Amino acid sequence: MAWFKKTKKPLASSTAEKPSRVPEGLMVKCPGCGQVIYNKDLEKNLAVCPKCAHHFRIGAAERLASLFDAGRWTEHFPDLTSNDPLKFTDTKPYRDRLRSSIKSTGLKDAVIIATGRLDGLDVVIAAMEYSFIGGSMGVVVGEKITRAIEIAVDRRQPVIIVSCSGGARMMEGALSLMQMAKVSAALARLDRAKLPYISVLTDPTTGGVTASFAMLGDLNIAEPKALIGFAGPRVIEQTIRQKLPEGFQRSEFLVDHGMIDLVIDRRELKAALARALRFMRAQPAPVEAGTPDAEILVVAGAVEPERQN
Amino acid sequence: MPSDTLEFEEPIAVLLKEIEALSMMPQTDQRQQSIDGLYRRIESIRGEIYKHLTPWQRVLVARHSNRPSVLDYVNRLFTEFTEIAGDRRFADDHAIVAGFARYKDEPVLIVGHHKGSGGDTKQKVFRNFGYAKPEGYRKALRAMKLAEKFQRPVIAFIDTPAAYPGVESEERGISEAIAFNLREMAALDTPIVVVVHGEGGSGGALGIAIGDRILMHEFSIYSVIPPEGCAAILWRDSARKVEAAKALKLTAPDLLGFGIIDEIVPEPIGGAHTNHELAAALLDTALERTLASVSAMDPVTRLETRYQKFRAMGSVGITEP
Repeated sequence: MAWFKKTKKPLASSTAEKPSRVPEGLMVKCPGCGQVIYNKDLEKNLAVCPKCAHHFRIGAAERLASLFDAGRWTEHFPDLTSNDPLKFTDTKPYRDRLRSSIKSTGLKDAVIIATGRLDGLDVVIAAMEYSFIGGSMGVVVGEKITRAIEIAVDRRQPVIIVSCSGGARMMEGALSLMQMAKVSAALARLDRAKLPYISVLTDPTTGGVTASFAMLGDLNIAEPKALIGFAGPRVIEQTIRQKLPEGFQRSEFLVDHGMIDLVIDRRELKAALARALRFMRAQPAPVEAGTPDAEILVVAGAVEPERQN
Repeated sequence: MPSDTLEFEEPIAVLLKEIEALSMMPQTDQRQQSIDGLYRRIESIRGEIYKHLTPWQRVLVARHSNRPSVLDYVNRLFTEFTEIAGDRRFADDHAIVAGFARYKDEPVLIVGHHKGSGGDTKQKVFRNFGYAKPEGYRKALRAMKLAEKFQRPVIAFIDTPAAYPGVESEERGISEAIAFNLREMAALDTPIVVVVHGEGGSGGALGIAIGDRILMHEFSIYSVIPPEGCAAILWRDSARKVEAAKALKLTAPDLLGFGIIDEIVPEPIGGAHTNHELAAALLDTALERTLASVSAMDPVTRLETRYQKFRAMGSVGITEP
C-alpha cells in the first residue's frame, strides 16, 4: 500500500480551449500555457499572462481604466435600458435575461460610454461588456454608441470603440439589425468631419458588430489571437462541411488578409492609440484641471463609482 | 403535392389534383364548368388562407422558389436594362445583380440580390442561392457610386437568405464589405428606394438596403437571423423554428409598426409567386409614387432625412429615465 494517495486529480496541462474569463478566487490557470497565476499579478498585468501573453477577456470598466489617464473618466447615458420591444420569449423571457444581466454586471446594457483623457488627449471611448448577454448589440448599445459619436462630432474629439461582442442581439429582432445601419451612418458623419475613429477588436468580435462599426476604423487594431469574423466558425463548418484550419478568423489571420492594420498587446495599447491619435491631429486637452462633463465621474478602483451631479 | 404549393396549402393542392384529373378526360361543357368551379373554389380558399398566415407560413411564402426575382421585376417594369459586372477588385458575384435601365423613361440604377428563383438547380447554383460574397457588395457599391456621380436614383431589390458564410467570404472581408456599404449608402448623394420583396436575411440584406424609403412586400420577411438559426441558438433545437419565426417579429406588418419600413406593397392573393404580372403591377404603383417623392426632395434635406430615419430606429425599444 502506498503511503500517499493522490486524492485530487493532478493539474493536467490540457490544451483544450476554455473560456478566457478571469475566474474568481486567489489563483487562475492560464489556458494558453497552463501556468498558475496569482489573480493579483494578473490584474496588475492587465489580465495578460506574464509567461505566454495570453490575453484574458476583461470587462468594459477594466478596459476604460487601462486607457484613461489616472483611471478617471466621465460616464454618459448609463441609465438607458431596453424595454423589450418584441416582448421576446424563448426558453425564458428576454426580460428575465436582461434583469439577471443587469444584476450580475451592475450595468444597464452591454456598453459603457466614457469621455476623458488618454495620454493628455480628449477622447470619447465606447467599451463593450461581454458578460452582458454576450456583449450583443441591441437598441441600447446602438443608441449609446451613436450618441458617443455625436458627442465626438460636437466636441471635435476622436472616437475609440472597443468591441467585444457576439453580434446583433436577436431578442430585439430587426430593431437590433438596424443598429448596424444607425451607428454606421453616424460614423459617416464623423468621417466627413475628418475626425479620428479607431476600432479596437477584442476576443470575440463577430456578426453584426464586425459587419458595421468594428470594421470601419481609420485604424482597425486587434488584440492578439482574438476571434474576429462575420459568420460564426460553426456556421461556416456546416456550410463547407469540413473543419476550419487552425488560426482561421483570428487576429493574425485578419492581418494577413488585409482587414486589420495591426495586432497589439494590451499592455502596449494605450501608447499605440496615443501615437495614432497624434498622427490624426487629435488635440491635447486644455491644461486646467476640473471635470468637463457633469454626468458621472468614475474613478477606477473605487468600490462604488463616484457620482457627480 | 404539386411542387408549387406550400405545406399549408394542402386544400389547394387537393383541388389542383382534381382539376388535373378532369383535364385529362375528354372535354365537355359540363366538365369545363366543374373545372371553372374548382378554380373559383381555389381562389376563395386561397383568399381565406392568406388572410391568416402565421409568421412561419410567411417565411415559406417569402422563400418560395418561384417568387419573382429582381430580374422578373426589371423585365416587366423597366426598359433598356444593361447589366454591369464585377467589383473591379476580385470577381463578379452573380448573387447580386447591378445595372442601369429606364423606369417610366427616366434612367435609374438597379442593384439586387438574385437567388436564382424560378430557375433550375443549375441557375440557383450559378446565383449561389442568393448568398452574396464580398465582391457582390463591392460591385453594388461601385454601381451606386456611378449613380451618385451622374445623379441617377438607385432602386435596391432585397432578397437573400444571408451573406455567404464561407471561408472565402471571411478571407476577403465580408464584414468590411457590408460595413463599408452601410456607411457609404447612408451618405450617398442620390435618391435610394429599397424594395424588400423576398427574404431580408440579416446583414446580407442590410448591406444594400440603406435608403430614403423602404418598401416591403406583404409576405416578405426581414430578420436579424433566420428562424432556424435563432431556434438552434436560443432553444438549442432548430425544429422550434415556428416559434422562433413568431418571436422574431419578422413580418411586414410588424416592421411597419416598429418604423423599420415605410410602406407595405400588396401582393396577389396567394403570394407574388402565383402571378408575377400582377405582383409587378402592384409594385409599380408604389414604386412610381415613392420614387417621385424622394426625387423631388432637395439633396441636403434628403440626406438629413435619411440620417434621421435610421437614427430613430430602435428608440421605440429604449426606456430613458
